[in-house]
Amino acid sequence: MAAITHDSHGHHDSHAHHDHDHGHHEESFVSKYIFSHDHKMIGKQFLITAVFMGVLAMLLSILFRIQLAWPGESSDFLHFFLGDDWAPKGVLKEDMYLGLVTIHGTIMVFFLLTGGLSGTFSNILIPLQLGARDMASGFLNMLSYWFFFLSSLIMFLSLFVHDGAIFGIQITDANVGDSGPAMAGWTIYPPLSALPQAVSGSGLGMTMWLFSMAIFIAGSLIGSLNYIVTVLNLRTKGMTMTRMPLTIWAFFVTAILGVLSFPVLFSAALLLIMDRLAGTSFYLSDIIVNGEMLTNHGGSPLLFQHLFWFLGHPEVYIVLLPALGLSSEIIATNSRKPIFGYRAMIGSILAIGFLSFIVWGHHMFITGMNPFLGSVFVFTTLLIAIPSAVKVFNYITTLWRGSLVLTPAMLFAIGLVSTFITGGVTGIILADSALDIAIHDTYFVVAHFHIVMGMSAVFGMFAGVYHWFPKMYGRMMNTRLGYAHFWVTIIGAYGVFFPMHFVGIAGAPRRYYDYSVFGQFDTDSYNMIMDLNVIVTVFAIFAALGQLIFLFNFFYSIYRGPKAVQNPWKSNTLEWTTPVEHIHGNWPGELPTVHRWPYDYSKPGAEEDFIPQNVPLAEGEEEH
Amino acid sequence: MITKLIILLIIVLGVIAIAQLMRVYELSSKLRKTGEQDISDRDNNLNGRMMFIFVLLLYVFVIWLMMKYGWTGRGEAASTIGKETDWLLNLNFIIIFAVFFLTNTLLFYFTYKYVRKAGVKAYYFPHNNKLEMIWTVVPACVLAVIIILGLKKWNEATSESGKEAIRVELFSKQFDWTARYAGTDNKLGRFDYKLTTDKNELGIMTSQSIQSAIDNMEGGVTGLDSISFKLNDENLVFSAIDQQKLETDLSRKTRLLRLLYQMKEHHDKKLDKDAADDIIQKDTLFLCKGREYEFNFRAKDVIHSAYFPHFRAQVNTVPGLTTRFKFTPDISTDEMRVKKNDDKFNYILMCNKICGGAHYKMKMFVVVLEEDEYNRWLKSKENSTFDKIFNAAPAPAAEDASADAAENDTQTPAGGEEKKDTTMVEPKTAFLGRKSLIINKVG
Repeated sequence: MAAITHDSHGHHDSHAHHDHDHGHHEESFVSKYIFSHDHKMIGKQFLITAVFMGVLAMLLSILFRIQLAWPGESSDFLHFFLGDDWAPKGVLKEDMYLGLVTIHGTIMVFFLLTGGLSGTFSNILIPLQLGARDMASGFLNMLSYWFFFLSSLIMFLSLFVHDGAIFGIQITDANVGDSGPAMAGWTIYPPLSALPQAVSGSGLGMTMWLFSMAIFIAGSLIGSLNYIVTVLNLRTKGMTMTRMPLTIWAFFVTAILGVLSFPVLFSAALLLIMDRLAGTSFYLSDIIVNGEMLTNHGGSPLLFQHLFWFLGHPEVYIVLLPALGLSSEIIATNSRKPIFGYRAMIGSILAIGFLSFIVWGHHMFITGMNPFLGSVFVFTTLLIAIPSAVKVFNYITTLWRGSLVLTPAMLFAIGLVSTFITGGVTGIILADSALDIAIHDTYFVVAHFHIVMGMSAVFGMFAGVYHWFPKMYGRMMNTRLGYAHFWVTIIGAYGVFFPMHFVGIAGAPRRYYDYSVFGQFDTDSYNMIMDLNVIVTVFAIFAALGQLIFLFNFFYSIYRGPKAVQNPWKSNTLEWTTPVEHIHGNWPGELPTVHRWPYDYSKPGAEEDFIPQNVPLAEGEEEH
Repeated sequence: MITKLIILLIIVLGVIAIAQLMRVYELSSKLRKTGEQDISDRDNNLNGRMMFIFVLLLYVFVIWLMMKYGWTGRGEAASTIGKETDWLLNLNFIIIFAVFFLTNTLLFYFTYKYVRKAGVKAYYFPHNNKLEMIWTVVPACVLAVIIILGLKKWNEATSESGKEAIRVELFSKQFDWTARYAGTDNKLGRFDYKLTTDKNELGIMTSQSIQSAIDNMEGGVTGLDSISFKLNDENLVFSAIDQQKLETDLSRKTRLLRLLYQMKEHHDKKLDKDAADDIIQKDTLFLCKGREYEFNFRAKDVIHSAYFPHFRAQVNTVPGLTTRFKFTPDISTDEMRVKKNDDKFNYILMCNKICGGAHYKMKMFVVVLEEDEYNRWLKSKENSTFDKIFNAAPAPAAEDASADAAENDTQTPAGGEEKKDTTMVEPKTAFLGRKSLIINKVG
């Protein structure tokens, strides 16, 4: 009976008719591919948009890496992409360097790893793994994607701002010098971001950044609410909270983090918009910029930083948790073993989620914040290392005495655990305020978060794409190319980001346009930094070229890959009980009923080495 | 053009070639009746082995980086607190390197060791409370030690400085630093940003400077009188935009002027003498070895960060908020040059918070002197006190003239146009009688 109740819950709004015929019926191109309400299609839309944004952000990073390795040298490559405005004679301009860095960071953090990772996989997997016909609200889900798309578009267009115009269309008064995208770093600290006089990107470029993010946040909130409601209300019969796959737990906690923290960034952005457009003084006080004495008094730039990092730190876990969830599922399936310590894993996810809200101050140790407050944040921040360590050891124990099938997805998932360790341990140093003083805002930080957050999440995303590609497109990706892609990526990841630790320890600040200034005072540092910058850039170009293998494999396989079988990885979760061809409502007949947890791999007494969740317990069989 | 076409052609042909190879591969696997999901034992074992080799190569890479670069660029800490935090940093590095090697080795070794083998079933091992307890408690204990040691040092580093500490204010703006020493009374004069004029770049507050700021606001070409005169002149016709600009300017300046008059009314003249003997110093910051310094930081326009990598000290400078820290330099520049075997080495103060286009050039040389040299330098600055600069016409540009008029051209102008700047520039130490202005190409 319960199954029927769930069933009607999921449907009485948009497609109740499926309850009766469950069949295909013809839909127009627009309602099927563009304004689709179907969670699987929306997931794929998120993925494609994110892939495009990811490639763009990677290209931007290559552009500024070229400048860092060979400062001031003319490059046709730079000139080709940036033109005479931003790279006259092939040499990158100082301002545009900051613009590239800012947009690279913004896109990677928000558009690829938040929208792309959580948007794609939450959408595809939540209903499928829970046994629901669709998201709680298909319409809101569609809106969530289109908000994401619109914000991506605005962010992309902001790269082309020139004297207050985009492609010759005048947006603001023709201010000469109001050119380029936002240039205040992805953290957009005011006053730099609040004062158009301070840097050329703080005019129209910054306005577009803020509007893009406001729209992005709106979309992300709609999406997150949908995920939470779906997880709480639309689980199929027998799918108790403690029988949910860890992927769902990760998406669920991620969505809660998003709902609680993104509005704070929204308000921070709103106040900044007020400071910029309405003359308020939330973040401004006692400023003289470009010879103009401003009357703003009483505001505090630190207020913005508090608000920003109140989102900013949970954001790290919004990026990371879905990746950890995906890898939990992939590692268990391909080890042919239950994930070790399922309940401890859930506990860690919850603990990380909770702690992530009370650690934001570790980004602000040296901002002039009261040192006592700093001590509190040292304590809470280092606590997060405990659930993280538990997760790592549980992954390693899951591999122990497994029967590993090294699919490309599995390799990426193991790579994720490795980068999570390598990047995570340096966090211990950065969280220790006394040590942070000397390395704050240096390349050490850049190395740390690129490995622990950037690489881990990217590896998780690749793992997810390789693993669930058959579910998304009904075809298989090429395994050999997958292997090649993995090896290039992991070598590239370590080659790019590991040397950065040493650059940072030598005292190289981040966001410097040209490190040859070190030549003016310290030959040792100078030689070392210039050497390592070349090594890093060479690896970066290598890794970026390697992503072409992925792009080719991805797009080729969508159209020409071999047809997939229903359950290619012999997995237990419910998504593999649906037909390969996508249908509205996911299951042609009744919704499956769940009888067990998702990790019954190689259970003693069972014939096969996997038992899907919808198989009833055998007589005398214990659950786990 | 031709080469570009050829490159394009090669890329297209390459993609087609890969696509064809994939077809061949797929057809052959179809013949063998295996799908993409069936990972062959050969692939499985090969990748397992490669994973283990990878981690070994990674270690080689890490160790090579350590041996070749390690702490090279960082060098020895040149302040007392820096030596202590470096000790703690090394301890932390030992711990995290141990964790890094141990866990990565286990991870990749297991990947290699436990690849699928015919007839071997995975071991059903869902949980074990004892094990889980161990790896919750052990990290917790290690972290407790790290936290306690860290907080101890943090409290030391951020505590109040002693009464003897020399007070120096560092003023940051796009894109340079200015230092203000508290002078003989070791008291810094008050300041207010509204007092900033060409003659008083730091906005230092004295009865004179307040009056001067008021005059400046009222008179002059851009002063209030002039603006209201322009607006009231019926012969002048402005465009709507210009009219609006002038009106905004007028209201802004009226408000500032009102505040200045308030300031004048409340100003305590007794405080003037605190500011009078403050020494203003640009380009190079001179410090005395073995003396504690209490630094205050201000920012004029946007957030900057005062980063002294060699002294392991850093704090942001925030408009509208005075920040502070302290340290005691304990190795002089000369000693460090010997240690690093680099006779052009200098300590540096860099900006470490993104602040605009020329952010990367925003720096100030720091020279640590022995006590007698430091005193000689102080003496040479007798004519650079605030009251002397303020009262000397025309402007503070020549404030360093007494000490080093001959070397004005050696300093790279901050925010200048030079793209590549790899010359070693000696700080201005002519007061010591040194003629060591070596300008060498490096690299």
